[in-house]
Amino acid sequence: MAIQARQRRSEVAAHSVAAQAAGPEPAVSDEQLRKFYRDMLLVRRFEERAARAYTEALVGGYCHLNLGEEAAVVGLMAALRPADYLFTNYREHGYAIMRGIDPKQVMAELYGRVDGVSKGWGGSMHMFDITHRLLGGYGIVGGQLPLATGAALAIDYRGGDEVVMCTMGDGTAAIGAFHESLNIAALWNLPVVFVVINNGLGMGTAVTRSSAEPELYKRGAAYRMESAPVDGSDPVAVCEAAVRAVESARGGQPYLLEVITERLRGHSVVDPAKYRSAEEVERLKHEDPVPHFGARLLASGVLDDSGLAAIEADVKALVDEAADFAASSPQPEVSTLFDYTYATPVANDSRRLPGQPLFEPEPFPASGSVASGSVASVPVASVPVASVPVASVPVTSPAMNGAGA
Amino acid sequence: MTIMTYRQALHDTLRAEMLRDESVFLMGEEIGVFEGSYKITAGLLKEFGEKRVRDTPIAEEGFAGAAIGAAMLGLRPVVEMMTINFSMLALDQIINHAAKIYGMFGGQASVPLVIRTPGGGGQQLGATHSQNIELFYAFVPGMKVVAPSNPADAKALLLAAIRDDDPVLFLENLALYNTKGEVPDDDVPAEIGRALVTRPGRDLTLIGYSRMAHVASEVAAELAESEGLDIEVVDLRSLRPLDRDTVIESVKRTHAAVILEDDWLTYGIGAEVAASISDGAFDYLDAPVRRVAMAEVPMPYAKRLETAALPSRDDVVTAIRQTLAAVGRRTVSAGVTQS
Repeated sequence: MAIQARQRRSEVAAHSVAAQAAGPEPAVSDEQLRKFYRDMLLVRRFEERAARAYTEALVGGYCHLNLGEEAAVVGLMAALRPADYLFTNYREHGYAIMRGIDPKQVMAELYGRVDGVSKGWGGSMHMFDITHRLLGGYGIVGGQLPLATGAALAIDYRGGDEVVMCTMGDGTAAIGAFHESLNIAALWNLPVVFVVINNGLGMGTAVTRSSAEPELYKRGAAYRMESAPVDGSDPVAVCEAAVRAVESARGGQPYLLEVITERLRGHSVVDPAKYRSAEEVERLKHEDPVPHFGARLLASGVLDDSGLAAIEADVKALVDEAADFAASSPQPEVSTLFDYTYATPVANDSRRLPGQPLFEPEPFPASGSVASGSVASVPVASVPVASVPVASVPVTSPAMNGAGA
Repeated sequence: MTIMTYRQALHDTLRAEMLRDESVFLMGEEIGVFEGSYKITAGLLKEFGEKRVRDTPIAEEGFAGAAIGAAMLGLRPVVEMMTINFSMLALDQIINHAAKIYGMFGGQASVPLVIRTPGGGGQQLGATHSQNIELFYAFVPGMKVVAPSNPADAKALLLAAIRDDDPVLFLENLALYNTKGEVPDDDVPAEIGRALVTRPGRDLTLIGYSRMAHVASEVAAELAESEGLDIEVVDLRSLRPLDRDTVIESVKRTHAAVILEDDWLTYGIGAEVAASISDGAFDYLDAPVRRVAMAEVPMPYAKRLETAALPSRDDVVTAIRQTLAAVGRRTVSAGVTQS
């Protein structure tokens, strides 16, 4: 399976080189190349720090990392304008940072603190920032697809020129929402790019075991939607492919882009990935896209050793700062627990903590109080004696209590 | 005031809201060219065009989710689910997304979405088309669920739902579409989360929503006429939030309650209402709280069986009589004279 992914990556890369040979591609500036590397390393170090925080029990819940997918993350995000929207899934830390959200806020969200990007309500899987137009990480596989389609519908409705990018994993191609969303987007010519990050594995299930057509970009044909695969280990190739996809969507033609990547580690932090052979793990280390891209820039003279070291130091400082910030940010107050159930305040909204009664017990009627009303005329003496448990307990009957209220 | 059907009240309110607010638009299966399975949207495609009256493919999850996404960007979609049965195809989008987005992201995006959908039974549509599963939505914090029982509330609650910034499941009912009533001419939204005492009385509280609130009013009127019984009717109107206070205050006055519902009894809406009465009016009850609900079977097609499975007026009258008899026995044994 993984061998297949590697094979597909190189085939796709060769194809794309051939395409470039046919016509000159706009050159990527050295500055952009250095930024790609710096961003990839930032995602790498951030995720390593997140994994460490998880083992230190500073991060709870699930924690899915972008390790191995840095080139895809960085290349895709570089293709978006600030006003464009991103919907993504639960493997999203890198995307959040690359959309421009401060790594401190992303880390604070992992820590479940008030300064987190979702104020501690979302955690690793549910980051959201309207300012940077990250319209959510979503924890339910495929949940973001209909939403992204609808966001594109809203843009179209208003005649805007923004684009929605919607990323997902390869496992998502099997879910019904994938079909329904791509169909609707194509039917209505919506400005949305669907991006499948095909890392070859849905948790431990190989894409060849979950999709009858494992070359997922080909699914676009079912909707007459333009689509293409790209080598996800090369940020330049990813960015160029994403720019084409985004511009197609901006012109009202939705697009399906398949980014072929490999996940370096397990599905989440706690997954030891025993479904992988020792040889494969070794190969993945050897083919790790981050050092590979660094070496490429070194070989081409875009970066030298001191440049690499400076980026490493810069990124390390950012990540350390993020972790320190997260650790010092307070936990949300319990008094805020009911703040976000409804956007429009509503009568009879429940604000009851577990164990609290729905109704506060009514005070016992004052001794000698005279009741009125139909049942109030019951003399105390008429209450069956057996129903009065203990003499010292204030004697009430349904009737008395009812009358006293 | 104008007398009109429940259907007409819905239609006119949708139209008026679309005229008032450009961000209101309609989505659903067969709502445009076909003019709606139950003709609520008749004429609106012609008036507003395809952009605002959008026929969708048969893809409940896809179009419900698209409506949620559009709502996140500030539009006010009103989705028609042809029947509530089909909304189950969209459960993930409604429950895992629409109801969660405001809270899950720390209040950064709201979902001003309305999902209109009829519950039913009694039309010989069989097991998959006769369910009343509003409970699924009423169970979930983040959702608002309203259930008008008459044309005036259909208008007032739809106005409220469309202008609300949260996802609202707006429960209609096949048997109510042709019912008539007075509808105020003014655009005054109802308050979501409020029940109403629609008929005051002293002998017993009859509680219902949607079709069964309508049945409750009719039964109370009949028994007043035929037997001089003085029955109070509480129309819940809102299933989430649930207005427990109005129910409790009523039961404190009448000391007996019968709850009517078109869903199944076990774990149904009535179970929550009964539990609330136990919490809030335990000391006031003179008889056990009764529930009248649908028989717990997949709805059969055969008319005789379907009729037997649905709560009828006779079932309601029987439950009322038995409850009042229990009140009588209890008050006699406690030496109470009912005044």
